[in-house]
Amino acid sequence: MPTEAAELVFDEATKVYPGRDAAAVDHLSLTVPAGEICVLVGPSGGGKTTALKLVNRLIPLTSGYIRIDGRQIGDYDVTELRRSIGYVIQQVGLFPHMSVEANIGTVPRLLGRPRSWIKARSAELLELVGLDPSYAKRFPAQLSGGERQRVGLARALAANPPLMLMDEPFGAIDPIVRARLQDEFLRLQQELRKTVVFVTHDVDEAIKIGDRIAILREGGRLAQYDTPQQILDHPVDEFVADFVGRDRALKALTLKTVGELELSPESQDGLPRLPADTSLRDALAILVAERRDAAVVVGADGSPLGVVTREDLLR
Amino acid sequence: MTGFRLADGGGPVIPNYGEPSACLRHNGWFCTDWIHEHWGDTLQPALIQHIQLTLIAVGIGFVIAFGLALVALRFGFLDPPLGVFTDFLYMIPSLALFQLLVPLSGLTVTTVEIALVSYTLFILYRNIVVGLRSVPPDVLESARGMGLTRRQTFLRVELPLAMPAILSGLRIAIVATISIATVAAFLIQDGLGAPIFDAIGTPDLFKTELLAAGGLAILLALTADLLLAFAQRALTPWNRLR
Repeated sequence: MPTEAAELVFDEATKVYPGRDAAAVDHLSLTVPAGEICVLVGPSGGGKTTALKLVNRLIPLTSGYIRIDGRQIGDYDVTELRRSIGYVIQQVGLFPHMSVEANIGTVPRLLGRPRSWIKARSAELLELVGLDPSYAKRFPAQLSGGERQRVGLARALAANPPLMLMDEPFGAIDPIVRARLQDEFLRLQQELRKTVVFVTHDVDEAIKIGDRIAILREGGRLAQYDTPQQILDHPVDEFVADFVGRDRALKALTLKTVGELELSPESQDGLPRLPADTSLRDALAILVAERRDAAVVVGADGSPLGVVTREDLLR
Repeated sequence: MTGFRLADGGGPVIPNYGEPSACLRHNGWFCTDWIHEHWGDTLQPALIQHIQLTLIAVGIGFVIAFGLALVALRFGFLDPPLGVFTDFLYMIPSLALFQLLVPLSGLTVTTVEIALVSYTLFILYRNIVVGLRSVPPDVLESARGMGLTRRQTFLRVELPLAMPAILSGLRIAIVATISIATVAAFLIQDGLGAPIFDAIGTPDLFKTELLAAGGLAILLALTADLLLAFAQRALTPWNRLR
């Protein structure tokens, strides 16, 4: 498998667990373009995790096909397939008896990479996920939950896989650290451009992380597969509208930053200042809280770019 | 002992006055002259035999227990009967087991080893099973998801993670075997039990021999326990952090 991002295709993929009548994943068809993040979201019983585990064959398909770069997953040797797919789970599953460096080096070691290569790669990845190189010699028990998940991500990236599967990776982490990890993950993705399948039950996380969102309903049926904007603006049915919530119009405001708006040039003193990367939703919250009608948008260097009004935000 | 004794190689003659020391005459608790004189012909060989008896028993016991544990983990339904079986062997008093085996294998080292191995099985089997079962499911899932084969998962993940429990089992088994092996002298003249029984058998209880041999058994158990404790720390540095 090449290391550049791969296209992932679900083609009528179906899973029926033995002894069950109802399918867990029911004729799922969707295409994740190379280099994009597809978030699988939905209520429990929607088959999100099952769909994810079908891809690396932790769960065998009942019928249908899954293709990576046009090649069916069944045609790969199963260990080779798994080694070329990054896998991150909620509980992380770091090996407690191995140092952080050895954990990160797991797949490269299986692939026969030399020790020096692994050492260098591990240092590089620690930096990438925002951990000090001194963490290399620590054991998982010495890390916080957020740090463990960073190491889990580094481990999944170690062999530079073209595809990443992430099963509620930030689900067990407190909200503040989770938000930071999400931001850093998005920044990483800007750089790495992997194809990612990301499972979550949190709509807000799906909207924040996903280039595309697949909403699965009970019985593993696909309700809608679209960009976050489309899903928020045009939910296909009652179920999707309910699932994304009554505040979907507000949620849509999280998708844009004030820097992307057309700003009026006049500068007014005494207005609150907003960094250009503030989301429309946060900007609105600040204006409401401060009982103001407008704010000055400032660039990264602190220079004013223009003024944004309440009406601009809601337009 | 009377008269003169020739030193090895016919060297200079060392006078031996043939008189037991005051300590020995009074049957003292710790007559160094006796210990000195009989270290080479009594105590040291007994100590070495004792170590051999123990190592062979624990070694064989470990191999059998490991095999049984693997079978029990592969076929879960076999675990309860295997547990009961090893527990049953463990329950039989050692002297009774030695005697029960005599008609089968006679007054031999084999008899002793069979009994000793039986006692190690319960401890080792339980600890190996518990250790291998204690591996967290998320660790196994990530191992599988990353493409470790069944064998690699066992050797690189499950076995190392079971090490603390396995080493604890080995520690208990070795110390217990060292103590039970003294009773082997009931059947054979091997191990530290021999001088102990010897001392007990003398009309007025030969205190120095009893204390020296018994003390060596205790010292051996303590040393083994300490060495294994260090080995445990050295082999599983990650385990102290949890």
